[in-house]
Amino acid sequence: MTNILKTAAIALALGVAAITHAAAEDIKIGVDSGPYPPFSSPDASGKWVGWEIEMMDAFCAEAKLTCTLSPIAFDGLIPALNAKKIDAIMSSMSITDERKKAIDFSDKYYNTPTAIIGPKGVKFEPTAEGLKGKVIGVQVSTIHAAYVQKYFAKSVAEVKEYQTQDEANNDLAAGRLDAIQADLVTLNDFLKTDQGKACCELKGNVQDDPAILGSGVGVGVRKEDTALKDKFNAAIKAVRANGTYDKISKKYFDFNIYGK
Amino acid sequence: MKDEATLVPMTYAPPKARSLLEPHRIALAAVFLAILVSAAYFMRWDWLPRYQDRLISGLWTTMLMLISTSVVGFVFAVPLGLVQVTGPKPLAWLANAFCTLIRGTPLLLQLWLLYYGLGSLFAQYPEIRSSWAWPYLRQAWPYGFAALTISFAAYEGEVMRGAFSGVPKGELEAARAYGMGRWTAFRRIWFPRAVYRTLPTLTGETVLQLKSTPLVATVTVMDLYSVITKVRQDTLLTYEPLLLLALIYLCLTGILVLAFRLLENRIPSRGN
Amino acid sequence: MGPTSFDLNLLSLWSPGWGGVLLAGLMRSLEVAVGGFLLGLLIGIGGASAKLWGGKVLRDLLEVYTTVVRGVPELILILILYYAGTDAVNKLMLVLGLPSVDISGLAAGIFVIGVVQGAYSTEVLRGAIKAIPAGQLEAARAYGMSPLLSLRRITLPAMLPYAIPGLSNLWLIATKDTALLAVVGFSELTLVTRQAAGTTKAYMMFFLAAGVLYLLVTLLSNVILGAIEKRARRGLSREQAA
Repeated sequence: MTNILKTAAIALALGVAAITHAAAEDIKIGVDSGPYPPFSSPDASGKWVGWEIEMMDAFCAEAKLTCTLSPIAFDGLIPALNAKKIDAIMSSMSITDERKKAIDFSDKYYNTPTAIIGPKGVKFEPTAEGLKGKVIGVQVSTIHAAYVQKYFAKSVAEVKEYQTQDEANNDLAAGRLDAIQADLVTLNDFLKTDQGKACCELKGNVQDDPAILGSGVGVGVRKEDTALKDKFNAAIKAVRANGTYDKISKKYFDFNIYGK
Repeated sequence: MKDEATLVPMTYAPPKARSLLEPHRIALAAVFLAILVSAAYFMRWDWLPRYQDRLISGLWTTMLMLISTSVVGFVFAVPLGLVQVTGPKPLAWLANAFCTLIRGTPLLLQLWLLYYGLGSLFAQYPEIRSSWAWPYLRQAWPYGFAALTISFAAYEGEVMRGAFSGVPKGELEAARAYGMGRWTAFRRIWFPRAVYRTLPTLTGETVLQLKSTPLVATVTVMDLYSVITKVRQDTLLTYEPLLLLALIYLCLTGILVLAFRLLENRIPSRGN
Repeated sequence: MGPTSFDLNLLSLWSPGWGGVLLAGLMRSLEVAVGGFLLGLLIGIGGASAKLWGGKVLRDLLEVYTTVVRGVPELILILILYYAGTDAVNKLMLVLGLPSVDISGLAAGIFVIGVVQGAYSTEVLRGAIKAIPAGQLEAARAYGMSPLLSLRRITLPAMLPYAIPGLSNLWLIATKDTALLAVVGFSELTLVTRQAAGTTKAYMMFFLAAGVLYLLVTLLSNVILGAIEKRARRGLSREQAA
């Protein structure tokens, strides 16, 4: 019986392997499965669109990689990368020391400030003092969750963690949150929607802390995968130099998304 | 397929008290102990003391969710089962439709419908926002509580329906013959006999309910599961926190099964 | 547009409607449910046979498997298996000297649901085999049937009526358990519903629409399973079938 089970297990593994075995230059890139406009979100035809998706295409074309997009829950991206479910992460993931303990990053491909928004008509500063007694929402596993934990946890009434950014946005509009901390660009995108326009406004940027907020967004790769990292670094440099980067960015932003 | 409900609980069969001292069991136990020790030694557990307090408070939330939703759900299950047996027809039909609807769709979807759908609807009405209920409606746990209660009521309601209709007619006729009124007969004979009949499946139902509680973490309730999610995001460990979580739930299941067995043994005449 | 908006155009099958995406998600859910159910059935047949006729050690190991799977929330099993399953297969390939593989989300989803279903299947099938009147098996042996022949000709057909109600339930549970894969980001019905809802902000409408789809699957399954059950009970006396 044991032998039969063992054989069956191996046969199953081989079967799976036969179906899904991939060529060397095919890579899978993990993206947060929750909508994160204007960087990455699914549209009504099931296609993924956004600045980061176009950038992914540009990098992959430049590095001559065949990239397949693989949506995964944001808090599952790093485990999925290390379990070899995916080969790279391009999901607005900031390069931080904490994450560098688990994975490696390419050079940054964009960098934006971190901001706080809240309901209209309620005035407060984006500081520990201003957030006193408020309920603040963040997306789980983000740098914002870590920042709020360090700077605001003691003064706020409650920190609520959401699996996706749009659920936090929705809860702010529904009056169940008093504030959200997130990336300024994605928050601005929300404030431009009908829902955002009606309910909420920008309260300001939080004070920077590079140790937590990191130094920009990079492509996440496995630590041992230096070849892939080098490919992405070269591709980012080339795409920046040949004008593709600016061409794509102009479609989405009227400011410099790359940062200093 | 009508009787499907009675099978749904997939009653959790507790392992029988067998001799644990057979040689192969000792060997197996040694192997598991070795795995456990090497897991403790080779995996990273240094985060454990830092999260101890939060883990305990998360455990408390989970237990509170489990007990409150099971008790309230059971209270709703009784009328849901009863009207399906006694009628009147329209009520029986409604109760049946309710049970089918809840049991035919995933709990996770129901929870999100309540929290993200219905919950954000409330905010649009200034009357609700200024009412006494708003501070509660603003929080996440009432939605988790509602979804879990509804779910338990629907599953247990089907079980109660079977239990009510399964009480032998003769016993009810005997109650009549003794001159009991309808209400007295219900209170003294029908209801207790039906509850006895559900006891064996109640263990399975409660274990299923326990296993459903972590879903509330997806709507920001800080239960045990979301404390572990926090550990995962802070430490970037994949397996250790999840394995601990599985172990805790396994223990909770074991405790539940034992508690129910004690309870069943205390009740002298169980229904058959 | 708000969370309560009910713009039915959003459900249209073609862009800008999300109906097509929802149906594609439903298909993925059904694929995983069918695959997981069948894999669970395979594990169940093996597990039940081993529990009934296997060696002591194997029986105890299976007891551990069924107890653990039934005592731990599906959500947590899915999280562990979704990552660990891929890891384990890759380690196995390394041991066997084969190149590491890239496991599709679908295969991982089927594996996860299958392992969970397998534990319940084992118990259902074991109970069903034990419910066969002992005389029938003894008669088969008396006729000189080999164990394999008696399994095929007597045990499997005789156990079906006892197993089908339990297996029907497992199928219904499988269809609903696939929703849990939304938490790991697998694009089945619940996740695409959540994406559609999040993008359009019409949360109420999309969750209701997905609920209708799940309910249709359940109701349709009930009809089909009811017919199968009736057929399987042919030739059984009333109290035997009860």
